[in-house]
Amino acid sequence: MGCGVTKSDQFHKHSGKAIRAAVLIQRWYRQYVARTEMRRRYTWHIFQSIEYSGEQAQIKLYNFLGYLMDNFTPSSNERNLISHIFRENDICRDAEWERYFCYKKIEVPEIYSGPHLTFPLTVEQAVGLVEAFRNKKQLHSRYALQLLLETWKLLRMLPNINRISTCHSKEITICGDLHGQLEDLLLIFYKNGMPSLEKPYVFNGDFVDRGKDSIEILLILFAFLLVYPSDVYLNRGNHEDHIVNLRYGFTKEVLTKYKMHGKRILKLLQKIFSWLPLATVIDQKVLVLHGGISDSTDLNLLARLDRHNYISALRPPKKRNQSSASTSMDSDLDEDVWGANRIFQRRASLTFPKPLGARDCFHNRSLQDFSDRIKVNVETELEIRRRRRSAFNAVMKEPETETPTLSFDSVYSDNAKEEWKQILDLLWSDPMAQEGCVPNEVRGGGCYWGPDITEDFLNKHNLQLIIRSHECKQDGYEFCHNRKVLTLFSASNYYDVGSNRGAYVKLGPDLVPYVVQYQASSMIRELTVRQSVGRTERSALKVLREQLFAHKSDLICAFKKFDSENTGVVSLNDWASAVESVMHLDLPWRMLRCQLVTRKTSEGMIDYYDWFNELAIIGPNSDNIDQSLLETLYRHRSTLETIFRIVDTDNSGFITMEDFRQTWKLLSVYLKMEITDEAISDLAVTIDSNQDGSIDIDEFMEAFRLTDKKSRLERGRSMFMGTATDLTKLEGDPNI
Amino acid sequence: MAESNNQSAETKLSDVHKRIKAAFETFDNAANNTVDVREIGTIIYSLGCFPSQADLHDFIAEVEEDHSGYIHLDRFLPAMTKVLLEHKFPPIPKDLLLQAFEVLDKDNKGYLEPEELTKYMTQEGEPFTQEEMEEMLTGLADHERNVIYYKDVINQLAIDPDM
Repeated sequence: MGCGVTKSDQFHKHSGKAIRAAVLIQRWYRQYVARTEMRRRYTWHIFQSIEYSGEQAQIKLYNFLGYLMDNFTPSSNERNLISHIFRENDICRDAEWERYFCYKKIEVPEIYSGPHLTFPLTVEQAVGLVEAFRNKKQLHSRYALQLLLETWKLLRMLPNINRISTCHSKEITICGDLHGQLEDLLLIFYKNGMPSLEKPYVFNGDFVDRGKDSIEILLILFAFLLVYPSDVYLNRGNHEDHIVNLRYGFTKEVLTKYKMHGKRILKLLQKIFSWLPLATVIDQKVLVLHGGISDSTDLNLLARLDRHNYISALRPPKKRNQSSASTSMDSDLDEDVWGANRIFQRRASLTFPKPLGARDCFHNRSLQDFSDRIKVNVETELEIRRRRRSAFNAVMKEPETETPTLSFDSVYSDNAKEEWKQILDLLWSDPMAQEGCVPNEVRGGGCYWGPDITEDFLNKHNLQLIIRSHECKQDGYEFCHNRKVLTLFSASNYYDVGSNRGAYVKLGPDLVPYVVQYQASSMIRELTVRQSVGRTERSALKVLREQLFAHKSDLICAFKKFDSENTGVVSLNDWASAVESVMHLDLPWRMLRCQLVTRKTSEGMIDYYDWFNELAIIGPNSDNIDQSLLETLYRHRSTLETIFRIVDTDNSGFITMEDFRQTWKLLSVYLKMEITDEAISDLAVTIDSNQDGSIDIDEFMEAFRLTDKKSRLERGRSMFMGTATDLTKLEGDPNI
Repeated sequence: MAESNNQSAETKLSDVHKRIKAAFETFDNAANNTVDVREIGTIIYSLGCFPSQADLHDFIAEVEEDHSGYIHLDRFLPAMTKVLLEHKFPPIPKDLLLQAFEVLDKDNKGYLEPEELTKYMTQEGEPFTQEEMEEMLTGLADHERNVIYYKDVINQLAIDPDM
């Protein structure tokens, strides 16, 4: 605060007036800036809530499929439909794998204009690869497979925890999540130089999914890994996981780019992901890992376990016959474990579904059910919920609604469970401001850990800093826990153009992190804060409107509860309460109200039917499709697509009519919804426009995209399609 | 809930409380009902109020917990409720704002040069920091002519009331 001091006689004449005028303008402008900041905050919340609830939904889906696996007869059609995604460690000898991944017979046509690779790879070739990708070339599947095979061989020799040093005055560069955003990797290389003997790099996971160039990023990172194995270090992220990839776009990207050999590439990548190291320690003082830690994280245990048993972090390894660790390429000589252990399981099929009591149980089972370290009883649960960060779960959450869990089976040994928890925590956890350690229910895996946990952990292992990624930050990085934890995120404009900067960190022998920020696309730098907030906000609101529209029936139900006299209007307060009760996104609905509802009655009430007309999003030509079915399809389109891709075992992009029906049955059980066979048949007939008995997945999904198809949010960004309420019951909706 | 006349005062109060809490919670990162004192201005502004810096300092002095750097909801809520119910820091009417700009536009040009505005904003009243000034210029100046057409700006940045 201060009094203006006039600096020139010019002001003297009008000084009193001018000062008052200046004060007024300053007040006005500051208010405006503050409101912009507020908008930026809740825009962020919107994106983050939806992103995390999408992750949660994926885990729920996987969980659900696992449950089905546990309860189907081995030979049932439904089981065959989905069993292959669980068949993670196929029985195969080395020779068989060699044959399966063989690239030698793949011919490279004359017209191919991309790079030709010869092995062993040279640095010129690696650099050439970067250039080729910059010029939008694609690497031929023959070379891709070969590169991946070499990578696999190398990774298998690496320990779980890389240990590196900044000796020779080398500065180590550390990068966070890239998520398929090639532009950002190119920008980092441009600003910082490519990896070399003088320029070591650590890449901290989440190289794939969401962005459109995930495979290119992988190929570049692997190429440099092969050329400079002592100077390039890769940590596994939670997205280096084929289950997560099914939903978040990487699987689709590979199958689209590599139509003939995509499936093999994906299979090889499954193995590669499982062989990625889990963490990196620099100078024995700085720990770099993707997600974080929990109060039970034990580096010694992590160093000892067989990391490649965890093909997906979402599923514990199957119990193996006690063979000693062999030296073959794939040491798990499992039989199909399912067969043997299922003798004791109940049998059911979709046609005669078991009463669903059991499934409610699996939803409520938490990770901690089998971990002896953390016992979560009811009181603690309530306490935990009260202390949840405001961006996430609402304070008064119904217990049965949102406890995403990872199901387990009693065949797993305690050892396996312990190891599994260690890995899960490493890849999925987030830091929190409060002390303690609680399950990360928002994402569905890992923990939230507090500053006291960090302190204890660092002391125990004689470390001084944890560098992790996993969370998008507006400035590309953020310190927390008394600057003992650094979050690093390298995908700029992640939520939308202008949403955030990316960052990387340089660490010299003094181990003081030096952060460098950037933002892809020069257009962004010229936008003011106000303008970029405005853009991002518009995107966020658009996504939110979609979500709201997709929950129309539930919302109307909720509104009716506040409108007993059926007047068709509710107060602003009631509107906000109703919306939160359905959406579970813990957003400041009251503040968002004026952006989401533009029409109000004269008494300041909201006409909700009118509001839905306002929100109405143009859908496909749907005269002959049941409206409520349409709404279901729209709302669950991401889950539906994921299930389709699981069902499409040969990755052709087509599924048969019969499989389509089965998929629907699956979805209806998952959603606890009644969908009559008739309704499904009608739908199938409509979709199979050329009546040839098969359905094009992409075409089907296209039909349900919004009219604005070019929106950045739609291209490969399925994260926004997941919702927290995939399992919402459709309570007494009259339309069904 | 039926809205009858004798309940309307209560409803209004409860409404106000909800608004305040919603704004507060957006900045309550640790979910422990406290916010950093540096965010209070933003919260108050976002509730539609237009305090001056002096007003803000007075308000903060009232509600801050012994210079801890934090403000607790328990103290913020009653103080803020009073502010809202009494319309203590009312919005600036457009025409008043226009007059203010016209005072600064001594030559009646219809626009302000960036240097003119900068001089006033950084030297008079409750001065802007250099950062604030740069942001203001980038935000308000016409891109081609590099001057501030204040009439347009006032209309563009019109705040729509929250309720």
